[in-house]
Amino acid sequence: MHGILRYGAYLPAARLSRAEIASSLGAPPLQGSRTVAAYDEDTTSLAVEAARSLVVDGAPRPATLHFATTAPAYADKTNATAIHAALGLDAHCFAVDSVGAVRSGVGALCGAAQTAGLAVLSDIRTGLPGSADEQSGGDGAAAFLFGDGEDVIAEFCSMASATAEFLDRWRVPGELHSRVWEERFGAQMYAPLVRDAVGRALEAAGVTQPDRIVVSSPHARAARATLAMFPAASHPEGLEETAGYSGAAHAGLGLADTLDRAHAGQTILLVVASDGCDALVLRTTAALDARRAPRSVRAQLAAGRPISYSSYLTWRGLLRREAPRRPDPAMPAPPASARREPWKFGLVGSRCRRCSTAHLPPARVCVRCQAVDEMNPERFAESRARVATFAIDHLAWSMAPPVVAAVVDFDGGGRLLCELADVDPAQVRIGTRVAMTFRRLYTADGVHNYFWKARPVEDEEDGEQRHS
Amino acid sequence: MASNGIRDRVAVVGMGCTAFGEHWDKSASDLLIDAASECFAAVPGLTQNEVDAYWLGTLGSGSSGLTLSRALKIDYRPVTRVENFCATGSEAFRNACYAVASGAYDRVMAIGVEKLKDSGFSGLTSARPPDDGTAYSGTAPAAFSLLAPAYCRRYGIDENAMKEIITRIAWKNHQNGALNPRAQFRTPVSKETIAGSPRVAGMLGIYDCSGVSDGAAAALIVRAEDARDYTDHPMYVKALAFVAGPAAGPLSPEYDYTTFEEVVRCAADAYAQAGIREPRREISMAEVHDCFTPTELVLMEDLGFSERGQAWRDVLDGFFDLDGGLPVNPDGGLKSFGHPIGASGLRMLFEMWLQLRGEAGERQVPEATLGLTHNLGGSPGDCVSFVGIVGGELG
Repeated sequence: MHGILRYGAYLPAARLSRAEIASSLGAPPLQGSRTVAAYDEDTTSLAVEAARSLVVDGAPRPATLHFATTAPAYADKTNATAIHAALGLDAHCFAVDSVGAVRSGVGALCGAAQTAGLAVLSDIRTGLPGSADEQSGGDGAAAFLFGDGEDVIAEFCSMASATAEFLDRWRVPGELHSRVWEERFGAQMYAPLVRDAVGRALEAAGVTQPDRIVVSSPHARAARATLAMFPAASHPEGLEETAGYSGAAHAGLGLADTLDRAHAGQTILLVVASDGCDALVLRTTAALDARRAPRSVRAQLAAGRPISYSSYLTWRGLLRREAPRRPDPAMPAPPASARREPWKFGLVGSRCRRCSTAHLPPARVCVRCQAVDEMNPERFAESRARVATFAIDHLAWSMAPPVVAAVVDFDGGGRLLCELADVDPAQVRIGTRVAMTFRRLYTADGVHNYFWKARPVEDEEDGEQRHS
Repeated sequence: MASNGIRDRVAVVGMGCTAFGEHWDKSASDLLIDAASECFAAVPGLTQNEVDAYWLGTLGSGSSGLTLSRALKIDYRPVTRVENFCATGSEAFRNACYAVASGAYDRVMAIGVEKLKDSGFSGLTSARPPDDGTAYSGTAPAAFSLLAPAYCRRYGIDENAMKEIITRIAWKNHQNGALNPRAQFRTPVSKETIAGSPRVAGMLGIYDCSGVSDGAAAALIVRAEDARDYTDHPMYVKALAFVAGPAAGPLSPEYDYTTFEEVVRCAADAYAQAGIREPRREISMAEVHDCFTPTELVLMEDLGFSERGQAWRDVLDGFFDLDGGLPVNPDGGLKSFGHPIGASGLRMLFEMWLQLRGEAGERQVPEATLGLTHNLGGSPGDCVSFVGIVGGELG
């Protein structure tokens, strides 16, 4: 049996309500909300968060890493390598980007499915202020680990594609917004492509009526028309209303959401209508229950926190704000970053073999017993910690001031002074429980400074971790 | 602590200190010339060319000994540039003292300078060597504000009470500074203004932070047995202690951010060198590193002036006021005198110089015999510390 072994999803904590956008711009009220990547998140960091739970101890090691996004953090340089480093994957693992187009997401899924690999679909969607893309877009990431054997949770049954060249939506590289053609043209172009690909995929899988259907398309009308081909019961409420349409990640988030709720032995039809149509048929197995994502898409949706439209504009670089009179942060030096790759990307510290004292960052000399070069590497990214003391810094530069710095003590020993992410400064206390999260601290001279922050976790999420 | 000390072997026979503040019209060179000139003038008949060697302390207002020799046009003498974070001025003094004690030189000068106001930035900034960008690089007030919630937690003090305690420290230092013609801030500030000032970091408002300023200070050091050839009232060095910690605080969950272990160790060494057993009773006055108000609170315990967990009571009781049992920062401290990094350690000694000679005017501490200066650099759990003890008499 061949298919998905594990999956995970990540929705950033920030939520922008469409009513907030509308009232800021003096437009008629709108319903729903969208997810927003924080100022310290990009498609690479979202991808790491989505994929982290797939590579925990005991999981099969992926042979390849396929990363897809329409909004890569870097061009020329592969973005998948930072994800590879943050996940601590093997050096022999092939890592590659499929970037630029929405359809890249399908490319990553296919690439990983054929190679016992890991597909990570991640996106941040922007549009001109006041545009439909801005209010209907969403940010997030989803990850799927493929392989063979009895641990497969969703068998890969069939796939069919149709391709056509037509201008429905396009974006010149470097621009923050896409351009679209008149809606009815796209709808009529997509309809036959969808019927063709879906028909062939279902036939190849021997399925007449899928139990569940997930449709993803940048063309909202084409997506609705596709769904209308099937009974309403097979497609419960999608993510568009509360999370938004998340580009190359959207099909992945929809599939993850469906896997969160599907039962064993159900067929899932995944349709991606973008510059053609790709249709995939999967069948869940009895292994699904034991391997669901640790945090469901719906649980993450329910846990968001609202932000203002001005914060959203600032975070996306659309509103340039006055900075404090402080020096600009320095670019991380490439040699120093390379020397400390496991630490910087994987939060790998060290623990003294003689006295068990943990060190973050990793040290050669033990702070307790002064033993030299007697250390074992140890990853702290998945460890929980508590705030020992903290400082709310109004002077430091940030896109979301004030910066909250905290000394956090890990449950198994070890301490780190770091920034808190996704935090309400008024809620921080000594003893606040935190989890580590991969972030982009800042960008200097075109270099994204990736490292880890701590984010407060609710008791419920903390409990999930401790019991798993 | 293996430290032999050089008690009563060297003495300060002349000092100079510029006013601290916003010297828009003066460069670092100008400040060095002003401080050195005042120091030379303190010893009638002494010329620059009779000083055998120099130690220059500056964090970032110049590199190498040339920063001083170019400014003073020093006649081909050794000039050592010293840097040890905010304890830079004290470190220049310490090493200059050792040079005389060793017999290598008869007369040396320790001088410190910092020109902070030309950067245009708010607060201190520091340039790090190229690195991987992972070290948390917050601001100094944020680093020291970590002390406040930790102290509250350990001793069961609520946030409002803590605000009152640190406000009183700032108020006291502003009161003292108002009496000092060389201080950066010379207007007494009400407790309401201090407590209501805009927040900078955590519990700290603007008035909980030391002044960002320009300034320079200098000391002329000779052998103790020669001191009376230069002045009737020399200042004798009783102890010089310095500690650089292993940076254990940010690594070790055992560290609770209510103390500076570096200061505890450093003070123990200094007291041993000077033969002091009860600092609270034996020390006449102290200049301590009040970079931020919670720092001064914690230092009172680390220096042995207050019992653990009791400094806040002594603060509220006025024990460290100018007319209290142990006046702390009689010159206004970093808080109100200002904190030009490389100059601060020598500025502290300058106040001791005035006090021990009975020249401190309205700030004069009666019967001052032993003074302590304390200088700190870095951040809680990860710092360097200097403690010096000086006295007006031998023995």
